[in-house]
Amino acid sequence: MSRNTRARTSAAVALAAAAALGLGACSSSDASSAPAAGGATSGSPTTVNLVVHDSFVISDAAKAAFEKESGLTLNVVTSGDGGQLANQLVLTKDAPLGDAFFGVDNSYATRVVQAGVIEPYTSAALPTSAARFAVDDAGSLTPIDYGDVCVNVDTAWFDKKKLTPPASYEDLTKPEYQDLTVLLDPTSSSPGTAFLFGTIAHFGTDGYLDYWTRLLDNGAKIDSGWSDAYYSDYTGGSEDGTYPVVVSYNTSPAETLDEAGTSTTTAAVLSTCTDQVEYAGVLAGAKNPEGAKKIVDFLLGQEFQSEIAAGMYMYPVLESAGVPDSWTSFAPLPATTNDVPAADIAAHRDEWLSDWSDAVGQ
Amino acid sequence: MTLTDAARRRDRWSVAGTGVGWGIATAVPVLFLAVFFVWPVVALVVKGFAPDGALDLSPFVDVLTKPRTWRLVGLTLAQAVAGTAVSLLVGVPTAYVLYRLRFRGRGVVRAWVTVPFVLPTVVVGVAFRAVLGEGGPLGFLGLDQSFVAIVAALAFFNVAVVVRTVGGMWERLDPRAEQAARTLGAGPLRVLRTVTLPRLVPALTSAASVVFLFCATAFGVVLVLGGRRFGTIETEIYRQTVQLLDLPTAAVLSVLQLVVIVVALAVAARARRHRENALELAAAEQAAHRVARGDLPVVGLVAAFVLLLHVLPIATLVVRSLRVPGGGWGPGNYTALGTRGQRDALTATVWEAGAASLRTALMATLIALVVGGLVSLVLSRSPRARAARRARGLLDGVVMLPLGVSAVTVGFGFLLTMDHPFGLPTDLRTTGLLIPVAQAVVAVPLVVRTLLPVLRAIDPRLRQAAAVLGASPGRVLGTVDWPIAARAAGLAIGFAFAASLGEFGATSFLVRPGSTTLPVVIYQLLGRPGAQNYGMAMAASVVLAVVTASVMLVAERLRGYGTREF
Repeated sequence: MSRNTRARTSAAVALAAAAALGLGACSSSDASSAPAAGGATSGSPTTVNLVVHDSFVISDAAKAAFEKESGLTLNVVTSGDGGQLANQLVLTKDAPLGDAFFGVDNSYATRVVQAGVIEPYTSAALPTSAARFAVDDAGSLTPIDYGDVCVNVDTAWFDKKKLTPPASYEDLTKPEYQDLTVLLDPTSSSPGTAFLFGTIAHFGTDGYLDYWTRLLDNGAKIDSGWSDAYYSDYTGGSEDGTYPVVVSYNTSPAETLDEAGTSTTTAAVLSTCTDQVEYAGVLAGAKNPEGAKKIVDFLLGQEFQSEIAAGMYMYPVLESAGVPDSWTSFAPLPATTNDVPAADIAAHRDEWLSDWSDAVGQ
Repeated sequence: MTLTDAARRRDRWSVAGTGVGWGIATAVPVLFLAVFFVWPVVALVVKGFAPDGALDLSPFVDVLTKPRTWRLVGLTLAQAVAGTAVSLLVGVPTAYVLYRLRFRGRGVVRAWVTVPFVLPTVVVGVAFRAVLGEGGPLGFLGLDQSFVAIVAALAFFNVAVVVRTVGGMWERLDPRAEQAARTLGAGPLRVLRTVTLPRLVPALTSAASVVFLFCATAFGVVLVLGGRRFGTIETEIYRQTVQLLDLPTAAVLSVLQLVVIVVALAVAARARRHRENALELAAAEQAAHRVARGDLPVVGLVAAFVLLLHVLPIATLVVRSLRVPGGGWGPGNYTALGTRGQRDALTATVWEAGAASLRTALMATLIALVVGGLVSLVLSRSPRARAARRARGLLDGVVMLPLGVSAVTVGFGFLLTMDHPFGLPTDLRTTGLLIPVAQAVVAVPLVVRTLLPVLRAIDPRLRQAAAVLGASPGRVLGTVDWPIAARAAGLAIGFAFAASLGEFGATSFLVRPGSTTLPVVIYQLLGRPGAQNYGMAMAASVVLAVVTASVMLVAERLRGYGTREF
């Protein structure tokens, strides 16, 4: 190993140690100021830690705007995907990873609430139209964005074969659509979990397993994750794909435009959609609860909401924030969705997933 | 100085000075592994069995009476054994061709064979599904989502381990014993069976145990290629922890996994201890010869393996990386690596993530080299006291465990333990420092298994002779051990660096401030809609492969400098 590398490495270690000490200094001053929370006295926290899932994107401009407005330094800490984030928050209840979080979706929402990880907070910035996404009456979680998991069909493929694409859950089990569908494993994929909940909402707890069995009997394939299904098996996402029907998002057709950009080659089946809502919240035991509230307010503000569609492929809850033109043209929102009430998800989530594993996943 | 003087002097230092030296050499790695491996794992398992402080062992009964559990244990073992067997079958002839034969481009092929080792599992999943999927070039075989596909992918990853570990030993085996056997009339196969292979046993068992551990705990590959029919204890731990947060079940499975691994390791260690003996080692290049007519069948076989197992999947990646969105071909995906992806989907450009990856891997390599180097040194000595020998055996096994314990368990364990550990004034979990540490924990066993066979092969009489002649312990290390170990050190550096560069499991289960590593970025790109993001993921994978291959090439060169540098 050359001396140069060694010098650089030790410099990196020294830097890291210095950073660690710096953070340490902050957190110890946080602790001393905790009783006087809320007061902007000297010694109050100067940073706020936001724990996010790994799809979170914030522009430098928006981050700077928040820091200027609040006088706080924003530290973004990335956890894993939505499921990992939720479970890590629960696991670290006694020593939270940050002050606020973003990215827990509705299938995990009740878990974090019930585990006592959340300090309820209702932001004044929450638009009234977002009331339908509330998880409980206490306002534990703040909805930030939402999207829909829907069956997608490769319309170009069906046109070429002169076939009518399937238009409902039931169609997928018909003989004319045999061996055409690729689904997602709900025990390893979050859109997969959402789609499972959609089938439960539609067929009821008595009927969903029977429906899945019929799907498999009709030659449906189950992949472990979205990218695997979409980019390996779906004809609309891969030139080597052989399945023209896939579980994806209602916005996916906006990404499959033809060369001129005037039409799309795929479509979402709007009767098979399930809402996926992403929440933010204040963590119980936050070192900087006031800062946590400020960042939740900011996530609902016009500036950040306007970035959501482009960066995270979700619809902002603030209607005036807007979405790309291609979405308006090619990715309409479903009129109705197949949703399971939050309370039912809380009560039965694990049971449904393990029942599914026993019936279908073996 | 009389001989008795020298002997007395040796006795003195062996009691005092050496004791302290070896004590430190043992304490540093033991402490490192205790803090960054044993503690987190134990903490998570305890949390599973005693969530409220009271011990509850009922999950044990629940999990162990489920037929599903035993099916998964069976699948784990079957897949690990098959994966190891195929890796050895392909790896040993490849090691011969790449380390005993001399031909143009050998260095490039050596580096190429290592590339799969660092590719993120998600990418390998994509590559294999592209080849084996119904629309792929080998789709007609109907192997998509099959046991064969999993085993092939495991071999794809692990042939590198066999080639490197066995090859590193093979190239230094003194060829004279073989030449003598040939002269005495033995055929080439007989020489291989009776002379060469017995001398390679330490390296073979070393490689086999590492590969077995990698296969037994393989996670992403099984998830992607196995579909819903195939799972392992590892994928089940992932599901129970990450999807259901059923810590009691995960804890039982972690213990079960540990038991399976420990039994397997004990068997391997037994085999190793009996065979790791002093050998006649030659200079690396001395043993290699030009390709002779008799070598052609092996060369042909290895070429076929490499083409099928290494070239085909990687070529698929390259082809896909050159396919630009909207149809057509071009370097568009590569120029996009300087951006943050379609509509700024990433927090940093891919190049920035690549730089962060290199920095992290450098730190991890340094840690792994210090810890693994000390462990190897300690394990290479044969203490006289029985208790010390037993302790040495224990350390030999424990150091391998990081490869055998679920990355999920370690990652979630870090979350429980690294909040202001030992009263430190900082929350280590959110500093990013744990990422190189976690990568080093995985790289240490690789360093040990690369260095140890070489160190153990040094004839102890060399060291005794040096000591009798008055050399201090430090001088013995410097003049006897180092010159020989340094050549293997280049290999260990390359290995540790490659392992850190490609590490995905533990990294993805840790929380990360700001910067992120290349495999994680590739994973993020693959998770986002948009043909350009997909194309960038493919291009980034190719870049990762090229960087790895270059690092391995440099590591090969480094081996020559080792002796001079000291």
